[in-house]
Amino acid sequence: MATDGTIAIDVRDAVKRYGDFTALKRISLSIRDNEFFTLLGPSGCGKTTLLRMIAGFEDVTEGAIFLFGDEIETLPPHKRPINTVFQDYALFPHMTVIDNVGFGLEMRGKSKSDARKRAGEVLEMVQLSQFANRKPAQLSGGQQQRVALARALAPQPKVLLLDEPLSALDLKLRKAMQIELKHLQRDTGITFIFVTHDQEEALTMSDRIAVMSSGELQQLGDARDIYERPRNMFVADFIGDTNLLSVTVNRVEGQSATCRLASGHQIACDAVEGIAPGAYVHMSIRPERLYLSEPGDGYLSGTVLENIFVGTDITTIVEISPDLRLTVRTSNSDRGAQGIFAPGTAVAVHLEQGAGRLLAD
Amino acid sequence: MAGGGTAGGGPRTDTYAPVRLWLLLPAWVSLTILVLAPVSMMLVYSFLTKEFRGGVIWEFSLSAYDQFFCNRGLFGDEPCSIEWTYLLIFWRSIWQAGAATLLSLAIGFPTAYFIATRPARQRALWVFLITIPYWVNLLIRTVSMKFLLRDQGPLNDALLGLGILSEPLSIVNTNLAVQLGLFYSYLPFMVLPIYAAVERYNFSLSEAAADLYAPRWVILRRIVIPAVKPGIVAGCILVFVPSLGSFLAPDLLGGAKTFMIGSLIEEQFKGNAGNWPFGAAASMILLTMVLILLLIFARQQARAGNG
Ligand SMILES: Nc1ncnc2c1ncn2[C@@H]1O[C@H](COP(=O)(O)OP(=O)(O)O)[C@@H](O)[C@H]1O
Ligand SMILES: [Mg+2]
Repeated sequence: MATDGTIAIDVRDAVKRYGDFTALKRISLSIRDNEFFTLLGPSGCGKTTLLRMIAGFEDVTEGAIFLFGDEIETLPPHKRPINTVFQDYALFPHMTVIDNVGFGLEMRGKSKSDARKRAGEVLEMVQLSQFANRKPAQLSGGQQQRVALARALAPQPKVLLLDEPLSALDLKLRKAMQIELKHLQRDTGITFIFVTHDQEEALTMSDRIAVMSSGELQQLGDARDIYERPRNMFVADFIGDTNLLSVTVNRVEGQSATCRLASGHQIACDAVEGIAPGAYVHMSIRPERLYLSEPGDGYLSGTVLENIFVGTDITTIVEISPDLRLTVRTSNSDRGAQGIFAPGTAVAVHLEQGAGRLLAD
Repeated sequence: MAGGGTAGGGPRTDTYAPVRLWLLLPAWVSLTILVLAPVSMMLVYSFLTKEFRGGVIWEFSLSAYDQFFCNRGLFGDEPCSIEWTYLLIFWRSIWQAGAATLLSLAIGFPTAYFIATRPARQRALWVFLITIPYWVNLLIRTVSMKFLLRDQGPLNDALLGLGILSEPLSIVNTNLAVQLGLFYSYLPFMVLPIYAAVERYNFSLSEAAADLYAPRWVILRRIVIPAVKPGIVAGCILVFVPSLGSFLAPDLLGGAKTFMIGSLIEEQFKGNAGNWPFGAAASMILLTMVLILLLIFARQQARAGNG
């Protein structure tokens, strides 16, 4: 996404404590203008807390938040040009759809008729024009979700916050909304901060992702960074499926390194800053970067335990040694040439160039 | 009720049909004894002729209503012109009850809101505290109120002692005293329904409104109050209706100028000077007014439910 590098939201050393419990442990992040930014992490890691601090619903225990350079953490929510799409939508039940959407505009001083006019345009954008005069209770969940979106977009905020907006929708609708949200972000040019615990959703939608766990920022980067170059065990494990192996680093030469498995096998991989020879660390290998062949010429040899059919792919579990099992994923279209190795057959497991990723912790 | 057993239209039989009538009996009996019988009696009495030392003569007469609405001069032989005496008392009662209701709303709403926004475990305690004074008999509470408001009472002593006043404030025997008395008598009836409504209110609506640039008072006016309106209306009715017919507070705290409909009715049935048919007629008129009020309320609730 085209961003000119301006920082929309700058969170500096933000700490949030509830009594003795620290929900956010000194988080710093910069979110660029015009960016689709995602906060990703398991439930309870503090995503909502961070979002609510940006919106102004929670005090910041320590630290500061800047919006385009202005310090905002002490402003009340109604003075921040930031809007939120709430997880439970929070639509005003006694108002019609169009009045819901026009509410923010009216509060910003637009006349009732101007507000309705603009609200009508935004409703058109989310394809809800024909429901303008209904009450929220007369809409389906997906429609309510779009009203919430329209309501938050109507006042043209500088930043839009979305707290797991799609989690209540069924899979098909969710996929459609993911695309629609992405388009809306591109068309409006508004900075989106999107919260989700669904890593797949995060990977498909985001320009950049901040992975969080237990109140801490684990890694910040674009989808490829996070998927292909996870920084630590948590990120490698949380994003997609992976094989985690314990290795000892043998040699580091410039950009490349060699590691040894407990079984004695050698694996070449990229060097990672801060990991020196002799270190005993974890290595992450994505299942789709492994492949199988007839035994004999293999790098690692093992026995097929199980084949799991998952639609487009087939997942094969191979036992290398009693304490090492690898998951190998083969696309169903590739499999034609290879055939399926039945459980019990001996196979060789190959590693793509650069598939092993060393993890700092 | 009777059709309940065959609602399915099939061969299902209502096993409980014989028992059901018996089970409903207590409800019917109490409704009959406590509501239907007294109201019918009042209705009948209001159309009878008065006996001079209280009681009635069983002879149809419209004179009770005539006395209420018609002024027929000193000797009762002139054509009917509007009788203002009782209408004025009615009007005063409405006014007093309305003022007491507004006062209860002004104090009761913030109180209810406060309680409903405490942590869940504290709420029951607050509700309990609110209701404690109401374990004491209303008469005693009203007399205590008079004691509090007296010229030499604690309220005036405190205000004088603090130098806020230089002369005691005469509250007793004024409209204000009656309003305060009514307010104090029925405050929980305002607090409890509003509390129940605010407790059910989804506070993320307030957050959403704040997020959309609404300052606090706009949130209260445009979001919170419409959402808890049924509770407010219920509270107002529960305070207004008993205030309207109340006689303890006006009798004890008020004077001749604060005479209310409840006292008027009470007088008609007390001692030998009373006029039972007239008291019954005044009660029926009061009852009709209250029923109209409740009907308007029910209408509004139904409309809110549809919307
Ligand atoms: N008001 C609160 N009081 C105490 N603890 C809270 C409060 N709000 C959130 N928490 C705690 O803070 C942590 C982070 O919560 P939250 O930000 O909602 O997580 P997420 O949105 O990532 O699921 C959780 O452990 C939660 O229990
Ligand atoms: Mg959350």
